[in-house]
Amino acid sequence: MSSVGEDCNELKQQYDACFNSWFSERFLKGQTDDSACAPIFRVYQECVKRSIKEKKIDLQEIDPIFETGLEEDNAKKSGAKQQPAGKS
Amino acid sequence: MVVTASTCRTETVFDYSWMNVVVAYWNRYPNPSSTHVLTEDTIQREVRDGKLFSRRLLSKTNPVPKWGARFYNNVPVKIVEDSVLDPVKKTFTTFTRNLGMTKIMKVDEIVVYSEQKDGSTLAVRRAYISSQVFGFSRAIRAFGIERFKANGNKASNGFNYVLRRMFPDSLVGGGHHQHVVTTTSPAGEIPATTITVSTTNGSHNNQGALKSAAKVGYEFFKSHASKIAQLFSVKN
Repeated sequence: MSSVGEDCNELKQQYDACFNSWFSERFLKGQTDDSACAPIFRVYQECVKRSIKEKKIDLQEIDPIFETGLEEDNAKKSGAKQQPAGKS
Repeated sequence: MVVTASTCRTETVFDYSWMNVVVAYWNRYPNPSSTHVLTEDTIQREVRDGKLFSRRLLSKTNPVPKWGARFYNNVPVKIVEDSVLDPVKKTFTTFTRNLGMTKIMKVDEIVVYSEQKDGSTLAVRRAYISSQVFGFSRAIRAFGIERFKANGNKASNGFNYVLRRMFPDSLVGGGHHQHVVTTTSPAGEIPATTITVSTTNGSHNNQGALKSAAKVGYEFFKSHASKIAQLFSVKN
């Protein structure tokens, strides 16, 4: 399956492969440590986020279904690289 | 603000273990029934409290309907899918909705995959279809529900294809059975904050509603063809 960003396809494939093996061989067997695919996920995310921005896909309107954490956690993870907050 | 919402519910049994279903879920595109799915990306993912939280961005398109071809601006519709997977309780819940054009028609879909006693997997699929288009909301929702029912079959056919390929040894032989359990379309105006899942039996009511809805909606569709064509052409 393709990524929304044409130039992210290769990273996406690598990440998906990593995730799939982590998911079935570790996570479903009770190991919740998800650091195995973190490095490739980070690189893939940078690419996808850039592409989403370029294509002007507005994700702001999504209701935050994950009541806690996600946005903050992401902010923490990406640390200093965090983009300046949106235009709002 | 007041919106009107319709709900629809279907149940599908997959003759595969819950483990197989969730493994295949992340690999369900592409499949022969998913040629309309253009892109698929994971945009957030984390493990919290032993559960896997994911957010994915999908874009989908569809062949242009004849009557809309003249106006149709074939921009893929973006769809966001959030999911929570609990490996201990063996439940997997997905929440999917379209981005943009939500005033015309907003489709929220929730699917819960859970393990059954016989080892197969039950998928309960609910859709909440709302529209804020004054005067035509009901018509649009009726179309949305028909679309939902038709797409549900295609979606599970495609998913079964992937399951068969990944896990040739299914529990019962790789088939699946689906039945539409309920369809309801409360015509009244419901405050947005108190939309309830009040499903009632009797899908035959929907037929009449659909017919009249089709009539009333026709003029509206003519004038809003391009936007609406996009929404109605989105498959799951």
